[in-house]
Amino acid sequence: MSVLDSKIPDGPLKDKWTNHKNKIDLVNPANKRNIDIIVVGTGLAGGSAAASLAEMGYNVKSFCYQDSPRRAHSIAAQGGINAAKNYQNDGDSVYRLFYDTVKGGDYRSREANVHRLAEVSGNIIDQCVAQGVPFGRDYGGLLDNRSFGGVLVSRTFYAKGQTGQQLLLGAYSALNRQIAKGKVTMYNRHEMVELVKVNGKARGIIARNLETGELERHSAHAVVIASGGYGNVFFLSTNAMGSNATAAWKIHKKGAHFANPCYTQIHPTCIPRSGEHQSKLTLMSESLRNDGRIWVPKNMEDVLAIREGKLKPTDLSEDQRDYYLERRYPAFGNLVPRDVASRAAKERCDAGFGVNETGEAVYLDFASAIQRYGKQEAAIARMENPSDEEILKLGEAVIESKYGNLFQMYEKIVAQDPYKTPMMIYPAVHYTMGGVWVDYNLMTSVEGCYCIGEANFSDHGANRLGASALMQGLADGYFVLPYTIGDYLSNDIRTGKISTDSAEFVEAEKEVSDRIEKLMDIKGTKSVDHFHKLLGKAMWEYVGMARNEEGLKKAMAEIKQIRTDFWNDVRIPGDKYSLNPELEKAGRVADFLELGELFAKDALYRNESCGGHFREESVELDGMQKGEAKRNDTDYAYVAAWEYKGEPADAVMHKEELEFKDIELKQRSYK
Amino acid sequence: MDLTLKVWRQKNREDKGGLETYKVTGISEHASFLEMLDVMNEQLIMEGTEPVAFDHDCREGICGTCSLYINGEAHGPDRKVTTCQLHMRMFKDGETIYIEPWRSAAMPVIKDLIVDRSSFERIQQSGGFVSVNTSGNTQDANALPIPKMNADLAFDAAACIGCGACVATCKNSSAMLFVAAKVSQFAYLPQGQVEAKQRVLNMVEQMDKEGFGNCTNTGACEVECPKSISIEYIAKMNREYLSASCSSES
Repeated sequence: MSVLDSKIPDGPLKDKWTNHKNKIDLVNPANKRNIDIIVVGTGLAGGSAAASLAEMGYNVKSFCYQDSPRRAHSIAAQGGINAAKNYQNDGDSVYRLFYDTVKGGDYRSREANVHRLAEVSGNIIDQCVAQGVPFGRDYGGLLDNRSFGGVLVSRTFYAKGQTGQQLLLGAYSALNRQIAKGKVTMYNRHEMVELVKVNGKARGIIARNLETGELERHSAHAVVIASGGYGNVFFLSTNAMGSNATAAWKIHKKGAHFANPCYTQIHPTCIPRSGEHQSKLTLMSESLRNDGRIWVPKNMEDVLAIREGKLKPTDLSEDQRDYYLERRYPAFGNLVPRDVASRAAKERCDAGFGVNETGEAVYLDFASAIQRYGKQEAAIARMENPSDEEILKLGEAVIESKYGNLFQMYEKIVAQDPYKTPMMIYPAVHYTMGGVWVDYNLMTSVEGCYCIGEANFSDHGANRLGASALMQGLADGYFVLPYTIGDYLSNDIRTGKISTDSAEFVEAEKEVSDRIEKLMDIKGTKSVDHFHKLLGKAMWEYVGMARNEEGLKKAMAEIKQIRTDFWNDVRIPGDKYSLNPELEKAGRVADFLELGELFAKDALYRNESCGGHFREESVELDGMQKGEAKRNDTDYAYVAAWEYKGEPADAVMHKEELEFKDIELKQRSYK
Repeated sequence: MDLTLKVWRQKNREDKGGLETYKVTGISEHASFLEMLDVMNEQLIMEGTEPVAFDHDCREGICGTCSLYINGEAHGPDRKVTTCQLHMRMFKDGETIYIEPWRSAAMPVIKDLIVDRSSFERIQQSGGFVSVNTSGNTQDANALPIPKMNADLAFDAAACIGCGACVATCKNSSAMLFVAAKVSQFAYLPQGQVEAKQRVLNMVEQMDKEGFGNCTNTGACEVECPKSISIEYIAKMNREYLSASCSSES
């Protein structure tokens, strides 16, 4: 008998959520006023949850480490948000959105959760429009849609390249309304540093006031973690500098199982590293692959000449270029899914064909698209014998109207004009599908502690489709958690205010205070970033785009060593009772140093290739698919939920077997 | 490149603060301005000096956290960028760079280069929303067509990242561009009409209460705004404010 009870309701898939909602115990409005809920994180999931819970009548305490809830990293999402509205009449439906998401996740997500996600997707768009979110519209005044990778319909709603920003500002405005009413107490520049359990239930947190350094005790009847993903374990990622796993890791150490940590999405189109000073990576939207062609030079002499600056990419003729995606995947070409495109870029660069100084970059070339659009526009304008210059000008104008803001962003960072010379791109860590294990109600394995948004594991399986992260964050926060949490809190109406003077709170605060003391007392010789970069290098090298047994074992040993060195030799200047960014970073890196090892262990135990997790031992050996990822549904169609046992290497795995009743499991092919 | 940095250091809110001089060497022109500060801080840590505290997060120009006044300009010498998008190629080898926090009575310094922008929060809380609860029963999104022009105007206003460069650069420390952007977003949309009058009155009142100055139409805010928010929105807000002030409640 597994210790994991996913609490998936009975009945047909399409009725599960409706029936479940109808049977959930409710808390009457007068009692809601006596119940407190803590929400950690103010991105799409946390912000929308805090606002919705407060509207329902609960007293909410909301925490973020930033100076404003509006700055959570959901704000950086570019492309869009999916919803099964079928406004384009292309045959979309709840079932199709559900099916695409499960298939895109390489059949490693929980069917019932994904179906619910698809069911509420339409409500999200309605809600956001009612709040005044300015989505893109057509000239008839109705909402416009785009298409995204891995699907055959147009179901993505967008606000230019700033969809995440506009959705977050919508949730932020709803949150502000509740702050003004006194229903939400907002704690900006506060970081959760410990979970407090009383009689086995989550009853509060210890938070550090980042301006004064003081530790604070906060009690509540339930605690909701919405602190985002753990991509920064790689040091370099598209996450914000402050994005961290501390809240999620603290609850893991207090009994919440951590599921599928090895599932990471490595996005193929990011701006490459420019040197050792690099602090983070910037994403270029997936939409660019609609018109860009990816290539490296065919001949090594040309590669070397380009690196030395003796040759320009535009000097190479067509037959001197290797359009490797078009060569390897003629059916999908440059539009293969993210994981496939990323691995193909790595393969070429590992073979020595990378085109920049670091050897880690490939070209994304718009010259053909500019020509194609230019000729098309000239024909539309009925120009006779247009000159090459005229075609170029017309073509560039079309590209500018489609991708202008991205091209400008690229030019600001790289100082090259992507209209004239191909962009350089390389894959980067972008999103983590793994996270805290939750049941159907989004409760973790700690009673009364919930986890929503990117921080949990449930909806994206081994690979996330574009425009699905925003959908999940808002679904959890607006439409799922506010209902399911009532079922638990209905048993708490007689509990009354929870005291912060209990032994449990005192002890938790002392634990934190001792840990901070210990960090400050090391007074070593290396900065926090030094260790974070070492961790990132080990992760990228052995637990990055392709993994094998030998490398993963090495990674576990190396990370353990880095952790030991960190605790012996880190130097944290300044005072613990003041605004001290180095101390904040140290706490987060200490947690990453544990999470990284569990991550490698999870990858080691999953001896199959699926989605973002590619095991070199598990590839197709012959036929059309030779060399491609090989999934193993017989042995690995489960969720690996890890229980904390002290050292990450000692973590114990619990399996939640995945059942697919409504979907047939198929091999993905893009040849 | 080698640089001399004159950086504002201030221990806490009460401290008087002052400029300190630091030297950095071997900075790549491809580094971003904040990566240059990372290098400086690493150096300070190794020397046993407390590193300089500065606000930053997404480092891709969208979260609005970074907020440096560089050589007398909000977000430095480049245009349409935040500090994190500013690159060292905008500077010359051997240059002396002055780095200060935003300066405004309504945004006091917390430490070094970090300021307290909670005044912006309180302005938003006073009316920057549409009063609609979460429910699965709001009307279908397409039941409310919005002319594309209005939708685009609302979007351009909504692009504000709340960084505070407009305040920092204004000789009056006015927050008019920031407030106007939020007021206008809702004023251009049908969803915002019901509460339009109260919204503009409340938000302007809160803005004044926080101690921000008035607008004298110099247009500096528009020039320094990383998202190119137009001062036409200030005119829109003034119109909204006037009509709300001199018409009856209903």
